[in-house]
Amino acid sequence: MKKNKQADIKKGGQLWLYNEIVKDHFLNPRNVLLDDPKKGEFDGEGIAGNPMCGDQMKLWIKVDPKTQKIKDCKWRTYGCGAAIASTSMLSIMVTEKGGLPLKKALNLKPQEIVKRLGGLPALKFHCSVLGQAALKEAINDYLKKQKRN
Amino acid sequence: MKQIYLDYAATTYIDPRVLQKMKPYLTTAYGNASSLYFLGRQAKTAIEKAREEVAKILGVSSQEIIFTGSGTESDNMAIFGIARSYQNFGNHIIVSKTEHKAVLESAKKLEKEGFKVTYLNVDSNGIVKLDELKKTLNQKTILVSIMYANNEIGTIQPIKEISRIISNFRKQSVKRKAQSVHDSRFAISDLPALHTDACQAAGALSLKIKDLGVDLLTLNGSKIYGPKGVGCLYVNKNYKIEPLIVGGSQEMGLRAGTENTALIVGFAEALKLAEKLRKKESQRLRSLRDYFIKKILKTIPHCRLNGHFQKRLPNNINFSFAGIEGESLVLKLDQYGISASTGSACTSTDLKPSHVLMALGLKEELAHGSLRLTLGRKTTKKDLDYVLKILPKIVNDLRKISVIKL
Repeated sequence: MKKNKQADIKKGGQLWLYNEIVKDHFLNPRNVLLDDPKKGEFDGEGIAGNPMCGDQMKLWIKVDPKTQKIKDCKWRTYGCGAAIASTSMLSIMVTEKGGLPLKKALNLKPQEIVKRLGGLPALKFHCSVLGQAALKEAINDYLKKQKRN
Repeated sequence: MKQIYLDYAATTYIDPRVLQKMKPYLTTAYGNASSLYFLGRQAKTAIEKAREEVAKILGVSSQEIIFTGSGTESDNMAIFGIARSYQNFGNHIIVSKTEHKAVLESAKKLEKEGFKVTYLNVDSNGIVKLDELKKTLNQKTILVSIMYANNEIGTIQPIKEISRIISNFRKQSVKRKAQSVHDSRFAISDLPALHTDACQAAGALSLKIKDLGVDLLTLNGSKIYGPKGVGCLYVNKNYKIEPLIVGGSQEMGLRAGTENTALIVGFAEALKLAEKLRKKESQRLRSLRDYFIKKILKTIPHCRLNGHFQKRLPNNINFSFAGIEGESLVLKLDQYGISASTGSACTSTDLKPSHVLMALGLKEELAHGSLRLTLGRKTTKKDLDYVLKILPKIVNDLRKISVIKL
């Protein structure tokens, strides 16, 4: 009986604010761009959010001109655990399986990011919206540059 | 992993000596203090002894101490209690912008009921602007509530000076005084009444009412190594307050409900111990605090110490780190077994950063990147050295992945 009670107390310590997937992406973020890119290293960049509101993210993409698929996606985020994890997961979603076609990427929904993260606390949903907004901006930046050329 | 607890301002553990005193009242001495037989008298005696002990520490008489369920309740009781009792004499209330939400939300609620509330500004260190207080005091002011020491940034308010300003103002308002003498409920009504929330100050600063010059004072158990769920409100006997909870004559008719003897006994014992250890422990914490602050200012660039350098609680450290957000910082520290807190918006429901940090005039970015470490009886230099090793690395890591480049 006593042992059981102690186990209950210890279990409480494992109840994290976020689930295991979010926690993992927060603690080990994938595809972060540590140094500013060299000129021409990426094809498009986008920024979303506002430091005043507590989160801002910037995203860089490289696009395969033939297939119109995203080849590479790097990012940097200022924000809470959910914001960092959302951008990390987003960067994987757009580059996995040979890359996401631009058209599909433009239509990517925040809900899909949240789903891949295994859910976010309701209050943190906007974090995934920001990531998706930054991606959209990066793609539009790329498309604009293409038109110019 | 070893857990290093640095959130003593959130709550403390119960001192074993306190728990020991509480135990009989949770088991064998379980009587209802209102009962006439032995068990009842036993509970009643314990409660009255506790009341006397608390009164002695404050230097007041025991019938001026009302036991409540928390610091929040005491704050509520002070604000609503005075406002409702003296609304015929005026409808103006003054609070500072950096008050605990227990005071601010009470004031806001009264505003909706038709009271006028002035929210006093503070300077960049968090000290209330006294000239603003002087200017805003008027014949309709019935209550001023300014906290003794701030829970987030540790800034200590000049309560003595504030009470002097108020007492000077009262002397000048002879006319209203003459009026109030005719009210049969009390002999002299010295309005406005001055309330201070001293929850964070207990155990660190003097609680002698005579020195402070306040009319109402809030304390609670969970910040002084006592139990949670108990607090007290000191109310000067010249003032009458309306109760929040009715339905029984407990606590002189000011707080109905069967008294929780164990919590009350625990609270008094905790306060006694805190007072006994106060000077020595404050000195120890102050030197640990200053050691830590100096090291951080030296090792982490682009940071700001929030709150006053000297007029600060001995156990409070509050920094803002540019370029990073507080929640991620706290979560990363937790990975290393360090418990700290933040005034970041991401931990609140309205997504706005701490009202205290905003009142200091901090840019929102800096308010989002705040970290509060509060030390306590078990904190050692070794603990802080461990944090000093980990924290710069975490700040650096988060800055590396941040959009904001410094």
